Amino acid sequence: MNLRRRFTRTLPLAPAVVLILLFLAGPIAYCVYIAFTDLQLTGQAHASFVGFANFRHAFEDDAFLNAVWLTLVFTVLSSLVGQNTLGLALAALMKRASKPVRTLTGGIVVTAWVLPEVVAGFLLYAFFRREGTLNAILGLLHLPRENWLFTLPVLAVSFANVWRGTAFSMLVYSAALDEIPSEISEAAEVDGAGGWRRMWHITLPMIRRSIGTNLMLNTLQTLSVFGLIWVMTRGGPGNKSQTLPLFMYEQAFQNSMIGYGTAVALLLLLVGSLFSVVYLRLLRTEV
Amino acid sequence: MRPTAAALVALTLAAATLTACGNGSSSSPNTLKVSYKQSTDNSVKVMDTYLAGIKKEFEKKYPGKKVQFVPIKAPDSEYYTKLQQMLRSPRTAPDLVYEDTFLINSDITSGYLKPLDPYLATWPDWSRFIDTAKAAARGQDGKTYGVPDGTDTRGLWFDKRVFRAAGLPPHWQPKNWDDILAAARTIKQRVPGVTPLNVYTGKPAGEGATMQGFEMLLYGTGDGKTDPLYDSGSKKWVAGSQGFKDSLRFVENVYKEKLGPDVSDALDPNFNTTVRGELIPRGKVGIDLDGSWLPQDWLPGSGHAWPDWSRQMGLAYMPTQAGQAPGKVSMSGGWTWAVPAKAGNPDLAFDFIKTMQTEANAKKWYIANSGISVREDVAKDPSYATAQPGIKFFTDLVSATHYRPAYPAYPRVSTAIQEAMEGVTTGDTSVEKAASAYDSTLKDVTGGQVVQR
Repeated sequence: MNLRRRFTRTLPLAPAVVLILLFLAGPIAYCVYIAFTDLQLTGQAHASFVGFANFRHAFEDDAFLNAVWLTLVFTVLSSLVGQNTLGLALAALMKRASKPVRTLTGGIVVTAWVLPEVVAGFLLYAFFRREGTLNAILGLLHLPRENWLFTLPVLAVSFANVWRGTAFSMLVYSAALDEIPSEISEAAEVDGAGGWRRMWHITLPMIRRSIGTNLMLNTLQTLSVFGLIWVMTRGGPGNKSQTLPLFMYEQAFQNSMIGYGTAVALLLLLVGSLFSVVYLRLLRTEV
Repeated sequence: MRPTAAALVALTLAAATLTACGNGSSSSPNTLKVSYKQSTDNSVKVMDTYLAGIKKEFEKKYPGKKVQFVPIKAPDSEYYTKLQQMLRSPRTAPDLVYEDTFLINSDITSGYLKPLDPYLATWPDWSRFIDTAKAAARGQDGKTYGVPDGTDTRGLWFDKRVFRAAGLPPHWQPKNWDDILAAARTIKQRVPGVTPLNVYTGKPAGEGATMQGFEMLLYGTGDGKTDPLYDSGSKKWVAGSQGFKDSLRFVENVYKEKLGPDVSDALDPNFNTTVRGELIPRGKVGIDLDGSWLPQDWLPGSGHAWPDWSRQMGLAYMPTQAGQAPGKVSMSGGWTWAVPAKAGNPDLAFDFIKTMQTEANAKKWYIANSGISVREDVAKDPSYATAQPGIKFFTDLVSATHYRPAYPAYPRVSTAIQEAMEGVTTGDTSVEKAASAYDSTLKDVTGGQVVQR
C-alpha cells in the first residue's frame, strides 16, 4: 500500500524525467560516445571506436593548443577583467548618480546586452574595420589609424564581448549593492573611512557571494561565445582569434571530423567546470 | 497540476513518435523524388524554372510517372551537411540529388551514391561529354557516380582602363609567370592607387584562395600533365614538390613587392565580394586572377549593375610557369546529378537525367545559368557561344582545365594550402618553412598517404 502511494505520488514526475532523459541526457551521452569514435560527416564507410585517440590528437595538435590559449586570454580579458570590473564600477557609480543619468546609462548598457549576438558582431565589425567608426574618430583626432581586426584581433573581440556582456554584471552588482544596509557604510564614514577603504573592507566582503556567482556565469557564457567572433574575424587572421568553439566548428563541420570536434567540445566542457570549481572554492573559504 | 502532467505525457509521446519513426513514408514506384539546392536569394529562380520545365517534359514522356521536388534552401556548406544526413537513410534518401564535385568523392567513399556505369554504357549522349568532366565524378574505384551539368573555368581578368594608363597593350596575353609580374610592376609604377595584381590568399578566402589562387599557379608547374597535388597511380598525396615551393614563391613575391592588395584587405573574409562588386567596376584592380562567373555580379538587378564591363575588361588565359606545354592552365569545379545508393527508383532517376541532358535542354541550362559547357556539341553551338561576352573564352579553356583531386582528405589538404599561403603572404613564414609545414600537415590529414616527389 505504501509502495502504491509512493508510486502515484511520483508518477506526475515521470514525464519530466523522460523529457530530461530524452532531450538532455540522451544527446550528452551520445556526444560522449561519439568523442571516442572517428565518426565523420562524409568520406568514410564505417565509423569505428578509437578510444582516446581524439583526445591524444588534440594535445598534439598545435592548432588546438593555440585555441586553448586564446580561449583563456579571451576569457580572462573580457570576462574576468572587463565585464566583471566594469560592471561593478558602473553599478557603484550609478548608485550615486541622479535618476536621469542612471536611467540613461542603464538603458544604453542594457541595449548592448539585449541585441542578438550576430547583430552585435556586425556592429563591432563596422566599428573596428579599416573604414570603420573607430578609425574615423582617430583620424579626426590626428591619431594613427590601424586595421584593428587584423593587428589586434583578440583584443578587438574581447572588447566586443565586454561591450556586449557588461550589462549582466552591472545588473547583478546593482542588486547586490542595494542589499548592503546603509547604516554600515554610514557608520564607517563617521568613523573616518574613505571611499576606497569602505569599498575594500565593507562593500566587497559583503557582496562576495554575488561576485562569485557573477564570475562563474560570466565565464561560462564567455567560454561559449561563437557568433560574435565568427562575424568579426572568423577566428583569423590565420588562427589568431580562433577560440575553442571556433576551432571545434572548423573541425566538425568544415573538416567533417565529427568525432574529433565532439572530443574538443568535451574538453571545453572540462575547462568550464575547472573554472567553476575554482570559483566555488573561493566562495566557500571566506564565508 | 493534472492538466500539465497530461500535456507533458502527450508531448513526450509525440516527441518519441517523431524521433523514432521519422516520416515513415516509403517511396512509391511511380513518384520520382528530386533534391536540389535552391537559391537562398528568393529573386533567383533559375534552377526552379528550369527543373519545372523538365518535369513537364518528363511526365509527358513517361505517362503515369510523377516528379516530386524536395528542394533544400541553404548556402553551400549547409547544403552538403543536410544532404549527407538525408542520404544516410532509405527513408529520407531522394531518388536523384545535385552533388558538388568538391565533395562527391567523400560521399562515394561514405557509400551514399550508386555507380552509374551500367546506365552510362547504353546512353549515346555520354560520349559527348569531355573526358576531364567525366573524371570529375569518378570514384577511386574507377566507377562513375554522377553526370556533370556544367563547369566553371578560371583566368586573368584585366582592366583595359588601367592598362591604357600604364601604357600596356589592350590585347594582353602573358606567356609565363614573369610576364604577369612584369605587367604588375609596370602598373605599380605608373598607376598609383590601383591594386596591380589580385591573387586570393589565406584561410579567410577559403577554397577561393586554394583554387583561384594557389592551384592556378601549381597546376602550371611541372610537365602540365601529371597532377601536382595527388598521384593517382600510387593513390597518394604529393609532398615536397618544387612546383609547390615555386607557387608559394610567386604568392610571396606578389605581397612582398606590394603588387597585391594590402595584406589586411587580402585577409578580410569578405574581400572577394569587395573585389567583384566594388574594386573592379571602379577601375581599382589592374589584373585579377579569378573565375568565369564574375559577370553574374554585373548583371542588371545585381545591386552593382555594370553593363559596360565587356568593353572595359580584357581576358587572358593563365600561362604555365615558364610557358611550357600546354601553355595555359585553368581549374574547374562544378556540379553533377547523382543517384543515392538508397534511392527507391534509380532507373527512373536516370531517365530524368537523360531528359535533362538532351542537347537542347543542356544548352538551355548553360545559357540560363551562365555555366560553361562540358558537352562538345553544346560548346560548338553558336547560339551558346554568343549568349554572353566571355563565354567562348572560358569554354575554350575547358580543354586545358584541371579538376581537383576531391578525395575525402581534400578539404583538409585545402586548408593546409591556405595556411601555407597565409604564412608567406604576411611574411611571417619563409617559403621553405611554409612548404615543410604543409608537408607535415599533409602527412597528418591523409593518414600518412604521402609520396615525395
